Amino acid sequence: MSRILTFNIFRYNPQDPGTPPRMDRFMLDETDRMTLFIALNRIREEQDPSLMFDFCCRAGICGACGMVINGRPGLACHTKTKDLPEEITLMPLPAFKLVGDLSVDTGTWFREMYQKVESWVHTSKEFDPAALEERMDNSLAEEIYELERCIECGCCVAACGTALMRPDFLGAVGLNRIARFILDPRDERTDAQYFEIVGNDQGIFGCMGLLGCEDVCPKGLPLQDQLGLLRRKMAFTALKGIVGKHKHKHA
Amino acid sequence: MQTIYSDLLCIGAGLAGERVGIEAAAAGFDTVCLSLVPARRSHSSAAQGGMQAALGNCAMGEGDCPDVHFADTVKGSDWGCDQEVARLFVDTAPIVMRELAAWGVPWNRVVPGESKYFKGGKEFTKVEKKENEGLITARAFGGTAKWRTCYTSDGTGHTVLYTMDNRAAQLGMVVHDRVEAISLIHDGVRCMGAVVRCLKTGELRAYLAKATLIASGGFGRIYRESTNAVINDGGGQIIALNTGVVPLGNMEAVQFHPTGIVPTDILVTEGCRGDGGTLLDVNEHRFMPEYEPEKAELASRDVVSRWMTVHMQKGFGVKSPYGDHLWLDIRHLGIDHIRTKLREVDEICKSFLGIDPAYQLIPVRPTQHYSMGGVRTDKDGAAYGLTGLFSAGESACWDMHGFNRLGGNSLAETVVAGSIVGRKVVEYLKGCEAVFNSRVVDDAVARQAGRIKALRERTNGSENVYAVREAMFDAIMKGAGIFRNEKDLTECVETLQAIHERAGRVGLASNGLGANPELALALKIQGMVRLALCVAYGALMRTESRGSHTREDFPERNDRDWLNRTLATWPEGASLPELSYEPASKVFEIPPGDRGYGGGKIISA
Repeated sequence: MSRILTFNIFRYNPQDPGTPPRMDRFMLDETDRMTLFIALNRIREEQDPSLMFDFCCRAGICGACGMVINGRPGLACHTKTKDLPEEITLMPLPAFKLVGDLSVDTGTWFREMYQKVESWVHTSKEFDPAALEERMDNSLAEEIYELERCIECGCCVAACGTALMRPDFLGAVGLNRIARFILDPRDERTDAQYFEIVGNDQGIFGCMGLLGCEDVCPKGLPLQDQLGLLRRKMAFTALKGIVGKHKHKHA
Repeated sequence: MQTIYSDLLCIGAGLAGERVGIEAAAAGFDTVCLSLVPARRSHSSAAQGGMQAALGNCAMGEGDCPDVHFADTVKGSDWGCDQEVARLFVDTAPIVMRELAAWGVPWNRVVPGESKYFKGGKEFTKVEKKENEGLITARAFGGTAKWRTCYTSDGTGHTVLYTMDNRAAQLGMVVHDRVEAISLIHDGVRCMGAVVRCLKTGELRAYLAKATLIASGGFGRIYRESTNAVINDGGGQIIALNTGVVPLGNMEAVQFHPTGIVPTDILVTEGCRGDGGTLLDVNEHRFMPEYEPEKAELASRDVVSRWMTVHMQKGFGVKSPYGDHLWLDIRHLGIDHIRTKLREVDEICKSFLGIDPAYQLIPVRPTQHYSMGGVRTDKDGAAYGLTGLFSAGESACWDMHGFNRLGGNSLAETVVAGSIVGRKVVEYLKGCEAVFNSRVVDDAVARQAGRIKALRERTNGSENVYAVREAMFDAIMKGAGIFRNEKDLTECVETLQAIHERAGRVGLASNGLGANPELALALKIQGMVRLALCVAYGALMRTESRGSHTREDFPERNDRDWLNRTLATWPEGASLPELSYEPASKVFEIPPGDRGYGGGKIISA
């Protein structure tokens, strides 16, 4: 293990108008089991302390470190340099507002998504602290968890043809969120109410089926299946014209 | 400059901060949460195991109740906890878990019938009752008499945080992410809010509030090797300590976990050893039975961490560019077991180390994991020293963990304390009229603007902030790691005092414009060194061994002289914290006794 790695990194600080956007080049000796988390921190500490990038948990759990690594969106923390060529090009995720260098503002984008899909359990029931919890089948809890594993890293949005063309597209992450609530019997919304949110070009009918989302999802979520199911369900809801009368769920 | 008013200001939007905020928002109070990162990236999301609550639904939890949970918690704390707080916690935890279920957490549920489980690498059978089908189930954790830890697969913190943030969105609670509180605003009596730096633009803002809550998590990142997220650098504790009047409690109580991976210090679960994994040294020799003939790798966390350190000090560590480590061997558990029962470990090894644990050894070493100490509060979550200031979660010393916290009790604390402290904050807000003195606010902002200017212009010097941090890492690991003694701690304190001065001479190498990361670190480096000094000096003065605090020169737990809690304040201009002590608990439901494990000696009160 004695490669010298070359990093080409996008640089731009919007708060420093004197300096134009550019690519900077850094050289680093590769060490055993090196990840981009280790490499970028070394570049910042040893070569350029102004370099902006985001890490938080650095364990593939929090979704902070999405960036475009040699042309492909992914999590930097679990990208090992030994899996990359000697020349590594790093760019910020597109579709999100740039904070600076490799750092983007995902928070604003996702908060808008929560409001659009109303990302919470809609229920008319009041919580009763004296009562036992409502029962749920364990296999259903596990199904919900599979969709809840999304870490909102933004890679699927960055890899989405529609999201890059129309900023109001919910993206696979937003559609997956709806699929999660459709599964959940605690959410009392009807198919008609879900249709209101996703039965349009900002939602499921905006998807061109390129499935870049599924290719890049670092958690391996079944996004292709969810998009397909949702499209079929919503098309069906639209056709039936009986929207709002029934809610189909498996409890 | 922008000034933002609210009823409640939560510094931190992880589980504790959001849970308190939700209580206030639901009661109609205007609530703003601040977060270094988008709320859902908070470190709460990384907790995998689960939350302890005595629901007693599963077969192995049968007969469980808050009293049993209470006894486990007090023993775990080595009698260092506040027993009134531990009682409040265990009684409230089951209700909070059910509330989370109602809000949308997909808890794993009881599946009736016969199933298998592993203990010490051996297989056993249990039978779940039909009548409990579909209720919240639980798994086993260390130091507990019953299976009590509620969970959602291996992502409990993640699902609970997502549910909590959904609830926050539903209530319209405001979360400002990518901001950092760099100072509290106070007049020595009352807290009025915080001076905050925007981490998108670099601008300063004043957030004024009737009540301010610190819920910023632990301070593990004052150690070089920590399982904590990189944001857990003690920002909340620093701004409390810098008031000069708010004490931090039990800062010397720091938990180390035996199996952080090398490099990157990500945790691999205790389940590896629970299922029969072993620890090997540089010669691939299994060494733990020599130190602990009976329990070997399955001794408690603090005990295993201690022996691993001893063995590496003897020269049996494996050398690497990232320092010495040992090996965790789970190969003999078999590929099926690893791919299914230890799926998370399998993924971590492949993703972060590029190794397959079914065929290769996992590099591990003891790693800083949890801060029992923090902003000292009363049982209502109100901080000592300033009215209008509260704290909850890992950032607080509430204090249900004493000198050692049990697995599953910390994640539960975030939401249970959040619920209890939230109600107390609402009571406080109901009777509260605030007057904000503009002079105090302006002075506080001007002081921070002055610090930033001095750092950018290198007025106080041009010490490199990363070099100062490295020096702090070296000093604290050497003196205030797992094993402590008077000689090393004295040297550590002296070294840290010199580093504290160097930290005052830091100047930026870059221009400091916008969201500049060097400036963010430079603004808190001196505070981080102060936290390190609170840990080291507190550890030097505490001449006993209790829980995670292990003194080689004072191996006994000394209930005669040390059944108390350390309180550390930092007077203006000081080079050491001022220490005082208060009784560990006002009430002793369970008088000090033997923990039943660990085998330490006790000097009775």
